[in-house]
Amino acid sequence: MISTDFEFLAGFLKTNSGLTLTPDKAYLIESRLQPIAAKHGKGDVAGLINALRTFPTQDLRRDVIEAMTTNETSFFRDTKPFDIFKSEVLGKLVTARAARKSLRIWCAAASSGQEPYSIAILLKDDPRLAGWKIDLVATDIDTSILAKATTGRYSKFEVQRGMPIQLLMKHFTKLNDDTWEVKPEIRSMVSFRQLNLLEDFSTIGTVDVVFCRNVLIYFDAATKGGVLGKISRRLSDDGYLFLGGAETVLGVSDAFEPSTGNRGLYVKPQRLAQAA
Amino acid sequence: MKSFLLVDDSAIIRKLAKRMLAKHGYEFSEAENGAVALMICRTDMPNGILLDWNMPVMDGLAFIRELRRLPGGDQPKVLFCTTECEMDKIETAMGAGADEFIMKPFDEEILSSKLELVGLA
Ligand SMILES: C[S@@+](CC[C@H](N)C(=O)[O-])C[C@H]1O[C@@H](n2cnc3c(N)ncnc32)[C@H](O)[C@@H]1O
Repeated sequence: MISTDFEFLAGFLKTNSGLTLTPDKAYLIESRLQPIAAKHGKGDVAGLINALRTFPTQDLRRDVIEAMTTNETSFFRDTKPFDIFKSEVLGKLVTARAARKSLRIWCAAASSGQEPYSIAILLKDDPRLAGWKIDLVATDIDTSILAKATTGRYSKFEVQRGMPIQLLMKHFTKLNDDTWEVKPEIRSMVSFRQLNLLEDFSTIGTVDVVFCRNVLIYFDAATKGGVLGKISRRLSDDGYLFLGGAETVLGVSDAFEPSTGNRGLYVKPQRLAQAA
Repeated sequence: MKSFLLVDDSAIIRKLAKRMLAKHGYEFSEAENGAVALMICRTDMPNGILLDWNMPVMDGLAFIRELRRLPGGDQPKVLFCTTECEMDKIETAMGAGADEFIMKPFDEEILSSKLELVGLA
């Protein structure tokens, strides 16, 4: 690939999805974009980039962005954050929200749905939340992956990554030897919609917990800082933010600080919370 | 060192599982059926057991029922690992005292994930 094409593509992705395409990731371009080039009748990747530069259709732009995102995920990914969510976060919020008995949770990079469904299962199985109004919003930039998420259908391989067998039996229906489907009462707890973290997301309203895991790693520091700032404005002052294992706010944003003893969990700085 | 018992009548599956588990640093023992496995457990109770269902002499279900009655037999984490993956089969296995259930065919990622779930990772 010629370097002007690489630079154009890197610029396009950074502006439109936040993805920082470094030269060491260049090997991904060919394998991921060749099928898109073929689909749109552009021949090869050079032809595709040329089209992107000159007369890009909405569909072409979207397909390129989606092809370059990484959707890797699993149920209860990394386990620990979900333990922390159950004990620490829900423990506190059950008390703090006892009067209004409602919770709003936002899963900001939901991918194929494993993360929001894992959260929904924990909420459903928590006796402390019986009779509560739970609002669980799951968003992603990638409309095709959201379409998969909405079906709630997973392969035998996918349901065996992270999902304890007892929960699989309780909350899924086996459709056939290779397909399991999340039961309707769990599926109906999650509302999926498309949302680009680079754009305005005030329509999300105010939430109590944000899961924004394993997406900021693809962004540069300035973009991370911007997204974290916007997230903090959506989060109630006593709310919680989960980031992925390789992500941090340190040196990126002062809108959050790590919650002591709870890896991956972040809260608004104490002074702000107290002032509120 | 944690010990792991691989119970499967297929030597290939045992070898495969051993290779997948290599990085966890277990000490391995192997059995080609439930009866052999039971003998091993009587003298040397392992920390974890990967257990096939259909085997000659004594199958996995009969094995786990016997195991759970042995002194210390409640200790090992048992991961059933079988092609028998109808809902009622899974329920039977769990009811007999299994800690997790793996539907064959499996890969390293699934095995690691299940080990983590039972606290053996
Ligand atoms: C690696 S997955 C992480 C999924 C899940 N949160 C987890 O931790 O397992 C990253 C997701 O972020 C989404 N994504 C990438 N850029 C985005 C953006 N600018 N806005 C919203 N979502 C984005 C991708 O489409 C992908 O589904």
